[in-house]
Amino acid sequence: MQNLQLLLQAPVFNIQLLLDGMFIGAVFALAAFGMALVWGVMNIINVSQGEFVMLGGFITLMVVQAGLSPLLGIPVAAVVLFVLGWALYRGIIWRIVEADMFTSLLATFGVSIMLQQLMNEIFGADVRTVESGLGIWFLFDGMVTVTQIKVLAFVLSFVIGLALWLFLKTARLGQAIRATAQNARAARILGIDTDRVYAATYAINAALCGAAGALVVMAWSIHPYMGLPYTLRSFMIVIVAGLGNLAAVISAGLGLGVAEQFAGFILGAEFQLAFVFLLLVAVLVARQVMLARKRQYLK
Amino acid sequence: MNRRLRHISALTALFAIGLVGPWLMPAYISQFAQLWLFIVLALSWDIMGGQTGYNSFGNIIYFGIGMYASAVAQVGVVWPVADYTAAKGGGTEFVFTAEQIYTGLALGIPLGGLLAMAAAIVFGALLLGMRGHYFAIATLGLAVAIAELAAGWDYIGAGSGMVTPTLPQEIEGPVLFYYLSLALAVLAILFYAWLYSTRFRLAINAIRDDEDKAEALGHHTTRNKMTAWAISALFTGMAGAIYGNLSGFIDPHDIAFNAEIGVWMILMAILGGKGTLWGPIIGAIVFFVSKELFWTYLLGWQRVALGLLIVIIVVFFPEGIMGWVRSRWPHLFAAPHLDGDEGNAAAAATDERKEAANA
Repeated sequence: MQNLQLLLQAPVFNIQLLLDGMFIGAVFALAAFGMALVWGVMNIINVSQGEFVMLGGFITLMVVQAGLSPLLGIPVAAVVLFVLGWALYRGIIWRIVEADMFTSLLATFGVSIMLQQLMNEIFGADVRTVESGLGIWFLFDGMVTVTQIKVLAFVLSFVIGLALWLFLKTARLGQAIRATAQNARAARILGIDTDRVYAATYAINAALCGAAGALVVMAWSIHPYMGLPYTLRSFMIVIVAGLGNLAAVISAGLGLGVAEQFAGFILGAEFQLAFVFLLLVAVLVARQVMLARKRQYLK
Repeated sequence: MNRRLRHISALTALFAIGLVGPWLMPAYISQFAQLWLFIVLALSWDIMGGQTGYNSFGNIIYFGIGMYASAVAQVGVVWPVADYTAAKGGGTEFVFTAEQIYTGLALGIPLGGLLAMAAAIVFGALLLGMRGHYFAIATLGLAVAIAELAAGWDYIGAGSGMVTPTLPQEIEGPVLFYYLSLALAVLAILFYAWLYSTRFRLAINAIRDDEDKAEALGHHTTRNKMTAWAISALFTGMAGAIYGNLSGFIDPHDIAFNAEIGVWMILMAILGGKGTLWGPIIGAIVFFVSKELFWTYLLGWQRVALGLLIVIIVVFFPEGIMGWVRSRWPHLFAAPHLDGDEGNAAAAATDERKEAANA
């Protein structure tokens, strides 16, 4: 609890934590967009979400090792993950779109173990990071440091979120995705190739996560086993924000990021993950209690 | 041979193999002990996942709780636990006599089970109102959270883990733990066989098939779910208690709350066939043997193969081995009083009814 007193005595630390939390929260929101999309359209909870983020990071690492600018890693990761998402859909996911929820949960869990161990074999279990090449801003006489890449991550998350929203609203494929989400059978009758729509949805999700991963490796760090926390954070954000509400997803993401930074600072870094997971359970239990009053269930 | 007799003879054969196994293959005794524990884990996952329809990713919690509770009890009957864990690895001054080991085990294993059961009742009250994937994800989150908390708790050794009491010379560790595992497995199999012959099985199957209807019919669904989860936790906890001693070292992430073992439980039950007594048993045996082969021959890539295996089993064989047997030889699953030709006729009649319903 000493750290709590420190926060009260030196308010400037609060600003640092708040900013850091908002920056990482925006990236959480980016992965959560994808999860909400796949969940809403395909009725699948994609447990390999966090692994896509991790893969995006490793692809950026490869881009840097090839001698290119790390910022180039963002589009490259998105494109590679788009292709991978499409391939995964064609290989595995299409078989489980119609299956019950537990099958898809466990199958994507299997995919996540596979990807995580593959990266562990190729790159080893070390924590990796990439130097973005951007500078640092010092605020409040150097009491608060802001790396420019984190600001870029924050802004890009908003831009990508906005682009996704515009795409779903106006583009032909975006409209087909929304139609399929509303009623897949009716969409099929009206001539929409729902199989293609599902493939595109899953690939877009992977691309979003890939971009998020590229930002994570530059602004923070990655390692092969980082996936599950990211998946569960996306899940938590989607539960709080609901499907199909991008503004709510962003605010839930920012809120989670800030809460996590403060919890990590006050309780100690070793309990930060425990806090995230307990928060998830608490959110679910709270929703359950609220619904039980109306004799409904979380399902 | 009727179905009941087949059942009993299969069980007898299994137990007989278990008793003489160590003499036949003494080199693999620890692996066989693990296999028996895995059978218990798979069966205990299945009572929730297969029979009640609540797919838990969090049964590993009870495994870990049982393991730590037993180790703390075993150490605690002789030495102060905090000093023991602070010495990292037990040191040389913490010596246990044979008698202390036996007392510790006799106390620790049941305590591990009971504490896991108590935890299941608390968590059940929180989580069992959720359905489907919400329950699955909530249990997954809880399992990781508890692993993180265990890794931060100094009393039980925090992140550096805890060593179970070192056995004195006169006790043969592997043999002792093999027979303890066997005894637990026999107890669990017989208990589940009995439980699934009672009306309780029908009550929890009703929850799986349609919980709202079961509730409308006046079943105490919450109480039944809680009972099922508590039973599951009791056996998982005791299995954890023995597993900790078998491995000799308890690490919060790699042994006690090992997410991998948590997935294996599910995989074994699905591989064998969810919702049957024999499914998890067969699934555990098949899975364990193939896992040992993977671990020996795939050198590092075994976990990648494991992920692939999960996908393949879940996507292509969701009904498991028992489901395949059932569709191949339906008369084996006819009602107990029908057998042979009569059983075949009954199965054929069921098929016809199904086809008629589908048409």
